[in-house]
Amino acid sequence: MTEFLLSPFTDFAFMRRALAGCLALALGATPVGVFLLLRRMSLMGDAMSHAILPGAALGYLAFGLSLGAMTIGGIVAGIVVVLAAGLVTRASVLKEDASLAAFYLLSLAAGVMIVSLRGRNLDLLHVLFGSVLALDDGSLLLIASIASVTLFCLAILFRPLVMECFDPAFLRGISRWSPVAHYGFLMLVVLNLVSGFHALGTLMAVGIMILPAAAARLWARGLPALLLLAVLFAFGSGVAGLLLSFHADVPAGPAIVLVCGLVYFVSLLAAPGGLLAGRLPVRRHLES
Amino acid sequence: MHPAPPPFIRIENLTLGYDRHPAVHHLSGDIPAGALVAVIGPNGAGKSTLLKGLAGELRPIGGRIVMPGLPPGALAYLPQRGEIDHSFPVSVFDVVAMGLWREVGAFGGLSRTQRQRVRDALAAVGMSGFEARPIGSLSGGQLQRARFARLMLQDAPLILLDEPFAAIDSRTVDDLVQLILGWHREGRTVLTVVHDLEQVRRHFPTCLLLSREPVAFGPTAQVLTPDMLARARRLSEAFDDDAPECHIELPPTAVSPTDEHAHHHNHASHRH
Repeated sequence: MTEFLLSPFTDFAFMRRALAGCLALALGATPVGVFLLLRRMSLMGDAMSHAILPGAALGYLAFGLSLGAMTIGGIVAGIVVVLAAGLVTRASVLKEDASLAAFYLLSLAAGVMIVSLRGRNLDLLHVLFGSVLALDDGSLLLIASIASVTLFCLAILFRPLVMECFDPAFLRGISRWSPVAHYGFLMLVVLNLVSGFHALGTLMAVGIMILPAAAARLWARGLPALLLLAVLFAFGSGVAGLLLSFHADVPAGPAIVLVCGLVYFVSLLAAPGGLLAGRLPVRRHLES
Repeated sequence: MHPAPPPFIRIENLTLGYDRHPAVHHLSGDIPAGALVAVIGPNGAGKSTLLKGLAGELRPIGGRIVMPGLPPGALAYLPQRGEIDHSFPVSVFDVVAMGLWREVGAFGGLSRTQRQRVRDALAAVGMSGFEARPIGSLSGGQLQRARFARLMLQDAPLILLDEPFAAIDSRTVDDLVQLILGWHREGRTVLTVVHDLEQVRRHFPTCLLLSREPVAFGPTAQVLTPDMLARARRLSEAFDDDAPECHIELPPTAVSPTDEHAHHHNHASHRH
């Protein structure tokens, strides 16, 4: 059993790198996913992953498979989209979902246009689906740095961000932190999607953000417990997914996301906030 | 006699509205420090709009509001429909503690005294024992009590309440009115939108009757007359999409409460 669980990591350097990458993603991307979920913007991660694609593709087409160019391209494209969408949300009658949809679709269309100009779709599969088993030093460092920056920024933004999610009108009334929390958070989303696309690809980076958060939400009632549980779920799924990928010889990214999905389904069945809770026999009620 | 204290809020020929249509039309007046004002009027009279304007959430489309003595952020505003997300996993204690923002800011921790003040505020609104409950589990009245507790901790010299008693049972209303009277005794300036005129007669010394146009502003007994109320009803005319532009230019001097009536007549004779 130990052999089965540990030897892939003790014997192979690429598995250790992948493990470190998963830990960093769980620590950085998953807390961001929890706040996305609480803001009812779960699908925004998906939208944003499309929005960063043209930037990454542009970097890729201009400089080849260069980590720096693709990362910077992705971050720039993502930040342009969230800033534009944030501005429209705050200053017009459109809500956050509508303004984001408009800008990410434009960004996606621009991306497809760029790709078709150079027409090397096959290589782009790497961008779309990532490769957690092929993380080089540069990628790993990038993912770890983004996770550190994310934790640091979340610590600074925590109170304003909670208030911005819970009662934005109140925060606007008493302080100037509201835009800082809003834009700061959107930028963290972009950073973590970029970090995720190195490991899992743009499309599946959202999986490790949202699925553990959704599973944890079914169990936890308080925010600290929710964050902690989501991170544990994400890292646990990462480890299990890597082992599954190693032993069953399947791609690692989808394996990790599918294990996240398994945790989610189990939570749906077993958790107090899940499907069955309302159908169990009623327990004796309390006195008050 | 002391000279009269300078006005705490000076409203100068203020017009507030949406899409150029006025919801509060050419309102002027001084509100002295420590006043307890009931803002009344029919639905659509611009009461909430006035409070939004005072809270700085709505830019005037004419005239201005001056609050010389009020430091920034020292205003507590309770909107009618808050944007509270009831499913958010935070406890009643955390929500009420948000009222301490001006003291603790984004990073400060709560001291032992501050924690005690949060519990005291909850006790003052009759919500002891609810500290750990998730905010989503509260009833409408309990939530309103919790919002009042948060407001208390904001310790603001100016408090704006937009229909704080809507859909609240009479016992809770009585408790909340006592809190408001307490704030008045502490010398805070309070403006409250109220619909129950009995309530106003009993507790509020000053009254501002709006019906898009200012109808009357002054001691409650002089405002709540059948005459004035009938005028307010007549004035609440329909929203006219093709209303012509308004070209009334009043001198931007504040009208004292007693002149308000005259101002209205003056204004009405100018009207299109």
